[in-house]
Amino acid sequence: MTTRRMTRGQWGLWLLFGGPVAVFVVWAVSDNPPLFFKTLLNGLTLASLYFLVASGFTLVFGLMRNVNLAHGSLYLFGAYVGWFVGEHTGSWVLAVFAGFLSAALLGLLMQLLVFRHMQGQDLRQTLVTIGLSIVLADLMLWIWGGEIYTFDPPSWIYGSTTLPLINKFPTYRLMVLLASIVIGVGLWLLLARTRIGMMIRAGVDDRGMLAASGVNVQLVFALTFAIGAGLAGLAGVVGGTALSISPGEDTRYLLASLVVVIVGGMGSVVGAAIGALLIGLAEQFGLAYAPTYSVVFTFVIMVVALAFKPRGLMGKAT
Amino acid sequence: MSRARRMFARSLVGAAAVFAVVGLAHAQDTLKIGLLATLEGPFAAGGQDGMRGADLALKQKNGMAGGKKIEFIKVSSDATPDKAVGSTRKAVEQDKVQIMIGPLSGDEGIAVKNYAKTQPNITFVNGSSGAQATTLADPAPNFYRFNTEGAQWMVGLGEHALGKGYKRMFLISEDYGFPYSQVQGFMASYCAKGGKVVDKAWVPLGTKDYASVIAKIPKDVDALLVVLGGSDAVNFLTQYEQTGGDKPMIGGSITVDQTVLNFKGKRRESLLGTASAGPMADSIDTPEWKKFVADYKANFKDGFPSPSLFAYLYYINTKATLDALDAVKGDLSNGQKAYREALQKTDFKGPAGEVKIDANRNGVGTTYITEVAKAADGSFYNKVVKSVPNISQTLGLPEADFKKMGLGSRDVPDCRK
Amino acid sequence: MSAAQWRRAMNSSAAAAVAARGQSPSAAVHAARPGPATPASTEGASWRWLRSIAGAIGARHVIVLVALLVYPFVATPFFTYQIGAQSLALGLIALSLTFLGGYGGMVSLAQMTIAGFAAYMLAIFGASSNVAISLGWPWWLALVVAVVLATILAAAIGWLSVRTEGIYTIMITLAVGVAFFYLAQQNYTLFNGFQGFSRIAAPTIGELELRQPVPFYFLVLACALAGYFFVKHLIRAPFGIALQGIRDNPRRMHSLGYDVTAHRVGAYAVAGLLAAVGGILMVWYNGRISPGTVGIGAMVNILIVAVLGGMKHPIGAFIGAIVFVLLQNFAIDLVDRERFNLVIGGVFLAIVLFSPDGLLGLWQSLRTRASARFTHRGTSRTHQ
Repeated sequence: MTTRRMTRGQWGLWLLFGGPVAVFVVWAVSDNPPLFFKTLLNGLTLASLYFLVASGFTLVFGLMRNVNLAHGSLYLFGAYVGWFVGEHTGSWVLAVFAGFLSAALLGLLMQLLVFRHMQGQDLRQTLVTIGLSIVLADLMLWIWGGEIYTFDPPSWIYGSTTLPLINKFPTYRLMVLLASIVIGVGLWLLLARTRIGMMIRAGVDDRGMLAASGVNVQLVFALTFAIGAGLAGLAGVVGGTALSISPGEDTRYLLASLVVVIVGGMGSVVGAAIGALLIGLAEQFGLAYAPTYSVVFTFVIMVVALAFKPRGLMGKAT
Repeated sequence: MSRARRMFARSLVGAAAVFAVVGLAHAQDTLKIGLLATLEGPFAAGGQDGMRGADLALKQKNGMAGGKKIEFIKVSSDATPDKAVGSTRKAVEQDKVQIMIGPLSGDEGIAVKNYAKTQPNITFVNGSSGAQATTLADPAPNFYRFNTEGAQWMVGLGEHALGKGYKRMFLISEDYGFPYSQVQGFMASYCAKGGKVVDKAWVPLGTKDYASVIAKIPKDVDALLVVLGGSDAVNFLTQYEQTGGDKPMIGGSITVDQTVLNFKGKRRESLLGTASAGPMADSIDTPEWKKFVADYKANFKDGFPSPSLFAYLYYINTKATLDALDAVKGDLSNGQKAYREALQKTDFKGPAGEVKIDANRNGVGTTYITEVAKAADGSFYNKVVKSVPNISQTLGLPEADFKKMGLGSRDVPDCRK
Repeated sequence: MSAAQWRRAMNSSAAAAVAARGQSPSAAVHAARPGPATPASTEGASWRWLRSIAGAIGARHVIVLVALLVYPFVATPFFTYQIGAQSLALGLIALSLTFLGGYGGMVSLAQMTIAGFAAYMLAIFGASSNVAISLGWPWWLALVVAVVLATILAAAIGWLSVRTEGIYTIMITLAVGVAFFYLAQQNYTLFNGFQGFSRIAAPTIGELELRQPVPFYFLVLACALAGYFFVKHLIRAPFGIALQGIRDNPRRMHSLGYDVTAHRVGAYAVAGLLAAVGGILMVWYNGRISPGTVGIGAMVNILIVAVLGGMKHPIGAFIGAIVFVLLQNFAIDLVDRERFNLVIGGVFLAIVLFSPDGLLGLWQSLRTRASARFTHRGTSRTHQ
C-alpha cells in the first residue's frame, strides 16, 4: 500500500471547505456550548441511522451495479412487518429480527424473479426499481393504511441518560449509535475477513474473473441482495422506533441513502460511513443554526461532491 | 417475450374500449355533485374520513335532496394544488357536476377558489380546507365555506393559556400557510392580553428529527406552543419525552386530534393534559354531537373510533349543500341564483354548534378548547373544557385592527418582549 | 461504423421511408439536380431539400397532422384543454428528456426542474396574484427572460453533470431537482414558499384570448410541432450526429477531435430550451406554480412519460404523455378510487419489464411482424 502525499490541489480543497467549518465550530462552541455538543451528538446519532439504511444500498450497488431505488420501500416493508410482529409477540427484539428477515426475503424474491434477467442493463434495472417502489408504496398504503405507527421498545432503552455538559440525552439514540457501529464493524469484517466477503469484493472488481474461477456468481448476488435488503428492513424497525413510520418514509430514506452513498462513494462501506457522518451532521447543524435552508444544504453537498468527484468521495473508477 | 408483448398490446386495446364504454354510461335524472378529497399521500387517512362524513350527510337524507337522486362523483388529489384543480376540472367539465364539494387542504382550497372564478355557473362548497386567504384575499362569489378556518380555530386558546399561568411561550411549528393562520389565531388575543411568545422555531414541512429544535428550547419559558400535524406531531412528542423534556404543551388543532391520538403504538402518558382548540372535540356533551358519533360508528365499521376533524367538516359542508337544495326544491336554474341565496341563508344546528356563514361566505362558528384525557378503556380522547361561540374571521378583534394586522405569516403577529 | 450501421443509428423515418421505396438518398439527390452552372447549384440545394421533405412525408404523417388540427373541433372543451393541451405540453417537457437521454445518453431527472424554474421566472417577472414579488413586465418580455434564464440554468446543470455518467447523472440531477424543490418551498422573498404564485394566465393578443381552450390548444400544438421538428432536424444535423456518437463512444469521438464536454453541455442547453418552453405552457395551463409542481413525484413522472412512449424517437415523448394523461384522468373511473397509483406504477413496470423501448418499441415489433419491407430494422437495440 503506497501512502499518497497530498497535492497542492488537495490542500486547496481541504482549506476551501475546512476553513469555514473550523471558523463556525469555534464560534458555535463559544456562543452556546450545550447546544453545540447536543447538536453534535444528535448529528452523530442521526448519521448512524443513515449509515444503517445506506449500508445495504451501497453493498448492492457495489457488487451488482444495481441502483435499487426500491430500497426505501424495503425499509418501510421491514418496518411494517416488524411492527406487526412486535405488536403480536410483545417483543421489540423479535420485531427487529422480523424486519430483517422479511425485507431480506422480499429482496431475494426481487433479485431472483426480476433482476437476474437484466444483468448489465443498468438503466433498465433502475427504471424497474422505480416502478417497483411506486407499486410497493401503494400496496403498503392499501394494507396498512395511512396512519402513523410507533414501536414500543423495552423501557431500559427508551428513557434518557444524563451525560456531562449535555444533561439529558435520549438513551435510544445512543443505542442506535452503538448498533450501527457494531453492524458497521460486522459488515467490514464480513467483507474483509470471510470467504464470502472475499468473493463479494472480487465480484465488485471483476465479475467475469469471479465466474471464471468457478464461483456460483448468481448465488453470491442473491445472498448479497438479501443481506442488503435485510439491512434496510432492520434499519426500518430501528429507525421507526426513533422516528415513527408512515407512508412517505420510503421516499425520505431512499433520498437519504442516495445522498449518503453518492457522497461517500458506491460500493464502499467506509465511504457510506463517511457520507452518513457528513450528511447527518450537516442536517442537524443546519436545523439548529439555519433551519430555513437546512434541507437545501444537504442536497447542495451532494451536488458539490458529485461535481468535484463524479464517482463519490471514496468511489473507485471502474 | 413476444407473447407477453402481444398480451400487453391486447390488454391496452381492451382498456381503451372500457374507457369508451364507461364514458357513455350516465344515469338520468340524478343530480351530480362532485366530491374532492385527498386520497393519496400524507393526508390519505383524512381524505377517506372526509368522504365518510360526506357520505353520512347524504345517507341521512336517504340519498335524495331537492326531490332528485344525488350521485357523488368522487375525485381525488394528492394534496398538491395542481392535482386538485385538475381533478376539479375533470368533475366539472367532463363529468358535468353542478355543485362541487372540496378540497381538503388549505393551499388546494386557494387554487380551487381561483378555478371557481372561471366557472361562474357552478357552485363550489368547501370540504375542509382552512386557509384564511381563501375567503379573505380576493374571494370568489361562488365559493362557500361553512366551516371556520385555521385562525378561527385557535381563538380562545390564548386566554386559556394565560389562565393556566403560561406567560412566556416558545413556538415550534411547521413552516407554511396553515400553521401561520393557527399561530395568528392564538396570538391575536394572547399577545393582546399580555402574553409573550419569546421565539418561533419554524421547521420545514416534513422534518422528522426534532432533536436540534428541542435543544434550542430556552429554559425560562412556561410552556411550548406546538403547531405540528400528523406524523410530525407524533415524532416531536415522542422525541421531546425521550429528551426528558417536561414543559407543558399547548397544541394546534391538528397536533393532538384523532389521527395523532390514534397512532398505532403505545400511548405516551406525557400527552395527557395537553390543551388544544378546534372546531370540534370528541367529547362534546350535546345530543346533536352524540347522535352524529353514533351515526358515524353505525355506518362505518372501518372508520376511526370517533369521527375525525375531516369527517366533521365535510359533513357540515355537505349537509349545508343538501339542505339548501331541499329549500329551493332542486331548482338550479338561472345561474343557480335561488340556490345561492338559500346557501347564504343557511343556519342550522350542526353536531358541534351553529352552522352559518358571514357576508364573505365564510363560516362563523364555535371553537372548543380541549385537553387530552384518558377514557375508561385506556384510549385517549379530547375532553372539552370550554366552548367559545360565534367566532368570525376577525378573530374577536375589531375589524380595523384585524385589517391592520394582515394575514398570518412567519413574522405576523409578533410579541417577543 | 459501417454505412449501414450509421444509417440504422440515425433511425429516422425519412431514411427508412426513402430506403423503403428502393431509392438511396444519394439517388434522390442526383435525380433532383436540374442543370449546370453555379446559380443552379444553390437552386439545387433547395430543390434537394424540398424533394427530401416530400419524400419523407408519408401517409401516416398527413393523417396524424390532420387529426391534430381537427381534434379541438370534434372534442369537448374539457378534452381539448385537460387532455389535449396538457398532453402536448407535458410531451414537450418529456421530449427534452427523450432528446437528452435517448440521443445524448444522459438521463436527467432535472427537466421538470428547468420547466418549473422557467415558470417561476415568468411569475416573478410577469404578472401574478402576488403583487409584492411580481415585477409586472409585459408578458412577451417576461417570457423571453424566463426562457433565457432557464436555458442558462440548464447549461449550468449540464456543466455540473457533464463529468458523471449513467446512474450518477440520474443521481446528481435528482439532487439538483430536490434542492431546488426545497429552496422554492422555504424561500418566501423570491419564490413565495409553499403557496407559490397563482393567477398566471395566458395573454390576450388583440382579440385572441389565449386562455380559452381552443386557442390555447393551438398555441400548445404549434410549440409542440416546432419542438418536434426542431429535434428531428437537430438529430440529423452535424451537432446531433456528433452527440449520438458521443453517446455511443465518447473516447473515440474525443480522439477524432470533437469537444465532448461542449457537445454535452450544448445538449443540456437545447433540452433546457425545450423544457423551458414546455414549462411556460404548463404554467399557463395550470394558472399557478408552487413547489409541488417541481417535487420528486413530478420529476419522476417525466421519466415515466418518456420511458412509456419510448426514448428512441421524438414522437415517443408525446405518445407517452397522452397515455399518461389519460390514465391520470380516467384510472379513477376504472379501479377503486384509492388505487390508481397502483395502476400507473403497474403500467410503468409492465412497460419496462416487457417492452423496454416503450409503446413505440411495441408498435415497431408489431409492424415488423406485419410487413416484410421493414426487415432492415431488425430487433430493437436495448439501451446500455
